[in-house]
Order: sequence, then structure tokens, then C-alpha cells
Amino acid sequence: MFIETKNLVFEYIERDEEGNPTGVKRAVDDVSLQVKKGEFIAILGHNGSGKSTLAKQLNALLYPTEGSVFIDGMDSAEDENVIPIRQKVGMVFQNPDNQIIGTVVEEDVAFGPENLGVPTDEIRQRVDESLKVLGMYDLRLHSPNHLSGGQKQRVAIAGVVAMHPTCIILDESTAMLDPGGRAEVIRAARALNDVEEITVILITHYMDEIIYANRVFVMNEGKVVMQGSPEEVFSNVETLRALRLDLPVVTQLAESLRESGVKIPSGILTTERLIEELKKCR
Amino acid sequence: MFKDITLGQFYQADSVMHSLDPRTKLVGTFLYIIALFIANDAAAMAAAVVFLCIAIALSRVPASFMFRGMKGIALILLLTVGFNIFLTPGVPIWTWGPLKVTAEGLRSAAFLACRLVLLISGTSVMTLTTTPNSLTDAMESLLLPLTHIKVPVHEIALMMSIALRFIPILMEETDKIMKAQMARGADFESGNFMKRAKSMVPILVPLFVSAFRRASDLAMAMEARCYSGGEGRTKLKPLKYGRGDVVAYIVQIAFVAAVILL
Repeated sequence: MFIETKNLVFEYIERDEEGNPTGVKRAVDDVSLQVKKGEFIAILGHNGSGKSTLAKQLNALLYPTEGSVFIDGMDSAEDENVIPIRQKVGMVFQNPDNQIIGTVVEEDVAFGPENLGVPTDEIRQRVDESLKVLGMYDLRLHSPNHLSGGQKQRVAIAGVVAMHPTCIILDESTAMLDPGGRAEVIRAARALNDVEEITVILITHYMDEIIYANRVFVMNEGKVVMQGSPEEVFSNVETLRALRLDLPVVTQLAESLRESGVKIPSGILTTERLIEELKKCR
Repeated sequence: MFKDITLGQFYQADSVMHSLDPRTKLVGTFLYIIALFIANDAAAMAAAVVFLCIAIALSRVPASFMFRGMKGIALILLLTVGFNIFLTPGVPIWTWGPLKVTAEGLRSAAFLACRLVLLISGTSVMTLTTTPNSLTDAMESLLLPLTHIKVPVHEIALMMSIALRFIPILMEETDKIMKAQMARGADFESGNFMKRAKSMVPILVPLFVSAFRRASDLAMAMEARCYSGGEGRTKLKPLKYGRGDVVAYIVQIAFVAAVILL
């Protein structure tokens, strides 16, 4: 098992505007989950459901209050494991501008390997490789300020890939992008999963992004309330609605058709599948 | 409107000066400035002018770029020259009321003007041929011995390069905030100096809030990419002296020696 959390709890102290503590907030509540190498996982949940906090636990940016997190057998609570865990589990954040450190694309991609103390020749090799994988090689000498949002996120992903991680977490990395940019990033994530066999954990609140996942975790108030394949999760329409999560448009249409008596199965996620099922009805 | 501002004044070209190691250029500029202040007679000054002309020619940067920086110091130049001409004690060669011009005054004014002009254009040669990034790298590398007396050289250099990266972003943000406030009727153009300064407050407050948020995000992103201080870091482009740098150092030292001897 590559990632394993055991009864993970994370609490932080809530403060008012003057900084006086007002209470304890349990952001992650008794989460036990397991992720195998090479999986494509999606974590869903509305704002404040604890999904980003959970993600930060997985690469030792936050530490468990109770319970434990093991990455490739390493306990994240041990200080000497922090750097190896962060190298194995890379993280891409939401705002593309606030995670690019270099003033030139290739310098930014080199930042991670430089921190790891990789020799100069190998850094060059890794930078070129990961920029090629992400399709950003031609723009390697550009300033990140002149790139589009989708391109900036691809640079950020390249920066993580250059550290040779086993797993990449995309923490709402598509939330600030236009539809074109979102598609770019999702395509890149799928390619990394398929071709490079990197485990991908996609955190999002866009339903249509999770249909590519092997498994989906749905979070609410710090707990994992549902898990399974995208089809299984989207079959529970009522539960999803109760959690204030929207269904993908195709699924909504299929559900309405089903409710009005058309005989199609639940959990339809793609247009192609819906057309197929409708053809069978004739 | 701010997106296309290029930082520093780097001029892209393929020249001998561009290919020198940034450390060579930084040390060179420093030596040149020292030489300018040692130079005390016409011959030495002439040598400095010739030296600079050669450097400009080697840099392949149009001379007009060199003298763009002059506009900014025109007033200071005029004032210092004026004070030197009229206020230096000595043998008066021309008097008009309380003002008198002395031979010593004319001489020191001429030297001072020469020095200032050469100083500005000399440093311009460096900034025009070196990217701000390689300058920070050079500074980090040259100041490295100071780590022994607990000066956080790596951290300062990193701060400088992050600042360089965020200046355009924050400028764009300022532009956005200004437009947002203007759309709500804020007026930044009328009134006296105090009034205009006060009208900047509604821009600065959100700008600072957002800058702090960005800083905290960036710190987390750096940690996520295994940043743990300067120790044990390697570099994508380590600074390396080439044959040209050795020549440049020899020429520099020869020049300083010549100025001292002249």
C-alpha cells in the first residue's frame, strides 16, 4: 500500500479577528483510507469539507493530531521522513501565480531537484524531460508571467514531475482556470497516470473531472462519507444532493430520464454511454 | 498595462560582454567605480573614458540606451556642478555680485561631472548586459564568505529573486485594485499631494493583504517542493569562469593600476 491513513484526525484552533481562540475545529475526522501505486483517485467535497486539509496531511505539510499517515511505509510524524515523503508525494496548488518560484520556466522546474541536491547534469536532464512530458519544452526560456493559467499549472506540474515523485496531488489545481486550461491540466494528469504510471490524487469540486478516476472519495465535514468507482458514487443521486454536490450534466439528464420512466441504469457518466443505453431502449 | 514592463534594463544581444560571468562584471564595475574616484588628473580621466567606450563597443548595446539613465540624474548633475563652480574657494577669475567663479571650482566641477556620467554609464553597461537573475546569483556567490559571520547570504539572494518574480504580479494587481476602486468612484488624480497620497490608502491595504496571502501560499509551495534552506542545494546553472573572464580580470586590474600610476 503506497498511502495509508489510520484513523486520521486533524484539529486546529479557530480564532476570531483579534486572534483570540474561539474553539477547536475538527477539519479531518477519523479518516482511514488506502491508495495503491498507479491509481487515479479523486476526492470530492464542497468548500470546507476537509479535502485540502487531508491532502496536506499526505505530503507532510500538516501532521496528524491523532491517528497516523504512512507514505510508502514512512510515518509522517517522524521528522526525518518529512523530506523523503515530500519528494515521493508532490503537490500542485490552486493559484498558479503563488507556486512558481523561478523567474524563468526552466529555473522554476529546476527548483525541486535543486533542493534535493541532484547533480547539475541530472537536473538539466530532468528539467528537459519533464517539460517535454508536459508539452512546455518550447516555452522553457519564457517568463512565467506571460503564460496562460493552464500553461502555468503545467509548469507547476513539471516542477513536481522533475522531483521524480510516485504520487502527485492536484489540490484544486483547476479551480482558477478557464475551461480550456482545466482541460489542459486534466489531460496532463491523465497522461502522467497512464504513461508515467504516477499515482494521481485529484481534489476538485468539478464533477466532470472525476469520471476518469479509478476510485472516488466523497468528503463531508471531515469524514469520508462515500467511496467507490465513479459509477457507484454517481448512482447515489440522493446522497450526493444531500451533500450539496452537483452531478455532471449528462448524469443529471440520465437521472431525469430515469425518473420519468426511461429504462436506463443509474450512474451514467459520459455522453457516449448515455447514447448507447438509449439505443438499447429502442 | 503593467504586463509588458521588463525588469531591470537588460538588453538582449549576443556579445562578449553578455557572455562574461556575472561575477566578473560585478567585480569589474566595482573596480571601475573605485578607479573613477582615484583618478585625479586629465590623463587618468581620459583613460577611464577610453576604457568605458571599449566596454560599450564590446557590449553591442546601442549607445543611446547607455545614456537613457542620464535623464534621471540631470538635476543632481546640474546642482553639483553649480555648487562646485561657485562655492569652491580659490583665485576668482570672474565675479558677479556675491557669486565668483574660481579656476579650482571649474576644474573640480569638470571632474565631478565626468565622474558622475562615467559612473552611471559604467554601471549601465553591467545592468544592460546581465539579467537581474544572474546578478543575484553573482551577488550570492561573491558574498558567500559572509556566511561565516552569520549573514544569511543565500536567503537574501533568494528573497531578491522572489521579489523580482513578484514585482510584475503585484503591479498587475495594483492596476486591478485601482480600476476596481475607480469603478466605485475613487479619485486618484485630483487634489494636492497630501490628498492624492491619502487616496492611495484604499489601494495599499488590499494590496498588502493579498501580498501576505501570496507570501504564505508561496512558502507552502516551496516547502512542498522540499525546500529546506540553502544547505545541500545544487544548481541548474552553476556560475563558471571561462577564458574570457580571466582576460577581463587582467584587463581590469591593468586599468586600475594604470589609473593609479597616471
